[in-house]
Amino acid sequence: MEFEPVIGLEIHAQLTTKSKIFCRCSTKFGADPNSQVCPVCLGMPGVLPVINKTAVEYAIKMGLATNCTIASHSVFARKNYFYPDLPKGYQISQFEEPLCLNGYLEIGLEGKSHKIGITRIHLEEDAGKSVHAEDWVEQNETLVDVNRCGVPLIEIVSEPDIRSPQQAYAYLNGLRQILQYLEICDGNMEEGSLRCDANISVRPKGATEFGVKTEMKNMNSFRGVEKALEFEIARQIDIIKSGGRVQQETLLWDERNSVAVPMRSKEEAHDYRYFPEPDLLPLAVDDQWKKSVKESMPELPVARRKRFVENYQIPDYDAGILTENRAVADYFEDVAGRVNDAKLTSNWVMGEVLRALNERKQDIREFPIRSNRLAELLKILLKKEISASVAKTVFKEMLVSEDSPEKIVEARGLTQISDSSEIADIIDQVIANNPKEVEKYRSGKTKLFGFLMGQVMKATRGTANPQLVNKILKEKLDE
Amino acid sequence: MKFENLSYSAYRQKLFDTQFTVTDLVTTFLNRINEGKQHNAFISILEQRALQRAAEIDKRIRQGKTGKLTGLILAVKDNIHVKDVKTTCASRILSNFIPPFSATVIKKLEAEDAIIIGKTNMDEFAMGSSSETSYYGAVHNPVDPECVPGGSSGGSAAAVSAGMAVAALGSDTGGSIRQPAAFCGIVGLKPTYGRVSRFGLVAFASSLDQIGPLATNVEDCARILEVIAGYDERDFTSANVDVPKYTNSLKQGISGLTIGLPDEYFSEGLDPYIRRAIINTVDLLKKNGAEIVPVSLPHTDYAIADYYILATAEASSNLERYDGARYGVRADEVHSLEQMYVKSRSEGFGNEVKRRIMLGTYALAAGYYDKYYRKAQKVRTLIKRDFEKAFTRCDCLITPTSPTTAFKIGEKTDEPLAMYLSDIYTVTANLAGIPGMSIPCGTDENGLPIGLQLLAAPFQEEKIFRIAYHLETLLNAQ
Repeated sequence: MEFEPVIGLEIHAQLTTKSKIFCRCSTKFGADPNSQVCPVCLGMPGVLPVINKTAVEYAIKMGLATNCTIASHSVFARKNYFYPDLPKGYQISQFEEPLCLNGYLEIGLEGKSHKIGITRIHLEEDAGKSVHAEDWVEQNETLVDVNRCGVPLIEIVSEPDIRSPQQAYAYLNGLRQILQYLEICDGNMEEGSLRCDANISVRPKGATEFGVKTEMKNMNSFRGVEKALEFEIARQIDIIKSGGRVQQETLLWDERNSVAVPMRSKEEAHDYRYFPEPDLLPLAVDDQWKKSVKESMPELPVARRKRFVENYQIPDYDAGILTENRAVADYFEDVAGRVNDAKLTSNWVMGEVLRALNERKQDIREFPIRSNRLAELLKILLKKEISASVAKTVFKEMLVSEDSPEKIVEARGLTQISDSSEIADIIDQVIANNPKEVEKYRSGKTKLFGFLMGQVMKATRGTANPQLVNKILKEKLDE
Repeated sequence: MKFENLSYSAYRQKLFDTQFTVTDLVTTFLNRINEGKQHNAFISILEQRALQRAAEIDKRIRQGKTGKLTGLILAVKDNIHVKDVKTTCASRILSNFIPPFSATVIKKLEAEDAIIIGKTNMDEFAMGSSSETSYYGAVHNPVDPECVPGGSSGGSAAAVSAGMAVAALGSDTGGSIRQPAAFCGIVGLKPTYGRVSRFGLVAFASSLDQIGPLATNVEDCARILEVIAGYDERDFTSANVDVPKYTNSLKQGISGLTIGLPDEYFSEGLDPYIRRAIINTVDLLKKNGAEIVPVSLPHTDYAIADYYILATAEASSNLERYDGARYGVRADEVHSLEQMYVKSRSEGFGNEVKRRIMLGTYALAAGYYDKYYRKAQKVRTLIKRDFEKAFTRCDCLITPTSPTTAFKIGEKTDEPLAMYLSDIYTVTANLAGIPGMSIPCGTDENGLPIGLQLLAAPFQEEKIFRIAYHLETLLNAQ
């Protein structure tokens, strides 16, 4: 029997507002423990929460970007449980009436498009951090860092529409891309600013009923999500095939050992006693507010990709890569606007620029070759003042030098040789130095043309005009 | 020096005429507090702080600077934060808690040169109707020391009644200002929900709690409300509604006002002396030009049950923060996290608080939420609508404040339900979010004070002040 997995994801994204959701403390990451706290986020008696409007706007943006309905009336609720990193004894979240409802995200996978439903997006506050693993913490001791308490989060809950770990990956990636485009979350799973839990079940292919689901937590990377889902799907199928029944439980993904381990049942047995937060009035979002938030939103990845194909006449594949990251797309558009050849620009950004960024592990916003400098280089190339291979050499030089590409070309004598007699002389020399190869070529091994061409280019450090070399070399060999 | 008349309005001008100083006043009141220790009205007496503030204010008076409440000697219920002064909520679990900030109301009062003389005793976490559940022992009613002063703001009411403070702040979740005011023979006002900032008030039931004044007279209450009312950006539930000059409404008289008498508040269980006192007072108002109409508030019967579900549900959550982890008392010799929670809370909370936490936890539990909490929210809406309807027919309602006068200490401590019923006429105002005031209206056969309650529509405190002031004048003349 063939099985089909049914997956739903719950994604928490930390919003990049300057201050916390219910007080004015800073949200800056990496500050000294318990240095960004006040009576409100410490949950002292007598304090009250006040909603950060920017956090609400960020959540609305995400809702609009994922085709959700924005509720004009939504309600904050208390989720009650005791834990040392939860100072109030409850988390302020949204429960019965969330801010965003009934959206979807389209993902493309192996040429096919899938619509993944989004049940809801709601706002909530983050909890603090219990610290035990650090070397400055004594054994048998747990320290609490409250800095993270009250950092705004949105929780994005999908429908059980995902049918493979690869789809889950694409969905997660699609959401991250939007979050980053909107500049409301940095999307870093390793640092915990993006977190993902999954509900997984399997069923015989074609069945309409759902199987028993398990919940998977503690997946701390994109690959981790894919691996954990693969593991769990295989585990469930094995159980069913061997005549067993899947237990409904919560599992923790152990990335190092690539296994999922059950959470202790005691940790699971929570009755959160949700009820409407009486310290906050219902959140009212009118059309005017919604409209002004919408107007402040940038063009989103899907629309931008489409526009790139139409406006720049570049392949959809190129447009997909270029729009993956908003800053890269901005960079491309800036260069393309200065250079009258979008495909050439696309090749360079996708090739040299992305490769260099990857090698340097750098964000394009910190890339030393700003868009205007790349444009200068491409213009020289287009004017055929230098060859493509010289341009790559110059590009490498530009990574470490602030000089203009012209200056680098000049200083290093890389200007293209387009003087036919000069090229002819060099060719004569190459022919003289490689008698065997020339003979073989002349006796029919025409493939060796490339080798000889390479020798000429090598002798001129790539500066010879390749079209001329090609022409003259051919003439001389065929003499 | 003697201050026979404990009305702020009466002595305020004397301070500016330099007949006596604020320091003289503070010294006198500190002595009175000392002489009145047997009432157990105070948890903390702020002697040094008050004297220091008095010296500063005397200096300002000499410089010709006036505050709206210059030299008002004020007692503050011990669930309202005064920066750097203990806030215990009369609970063992907070017996060492010192807040690093003042409540918004305290900032406003001190900015107008009021002087806080001490923090008053109360029912633990404001849960009670007799001020007997305090970790610091029961408060005695100054009118009859064998009786309770009411609760939960019993210490505040006793302090004002015994002349140990000119006025006091209390908090009212289900009658906790009005009922002790009635039992101690003074005036107490619970403002409209949202009228006064709750920032710095330790929460009992957030959707019901409201801070308000207690004083010997209506005018002092108006003066205090004028200062403490208003929008606070730190309290999302505070209302952005203009604050009228309440003192201007006092002498506007009552002609043209219609007063409603709700049948349901005069039914069985009401002490006949109280019924007679209220009816006589209503007749007096009628003779003086008020129109009296009967009204009905049909859902009144459900109010107590409704209140005790909603208030305890919210309380069970509000009190989760007292876990021994960050502040307050942590139990000794605990060896696990769970043990720290269980032991600190078991030792830190008294029985009534525990009872309410359990009730509230139950009302919110999975499987019971719809049956209790959600249903109670619906009933609350019905009760609110009863009032909305009634206020289309009248400006104000008059009811008794409490079905009985002050009862004996210990009389109801083993009967929680009987105790809860003493809030029967007051909880509705909290559920509906409307303002309510209790003013003295005679005494019963034992000489114990009777309270008359005035209720008005949201933000209609001016109407209450008008009628209450007029009534006070009429009753004083009798």
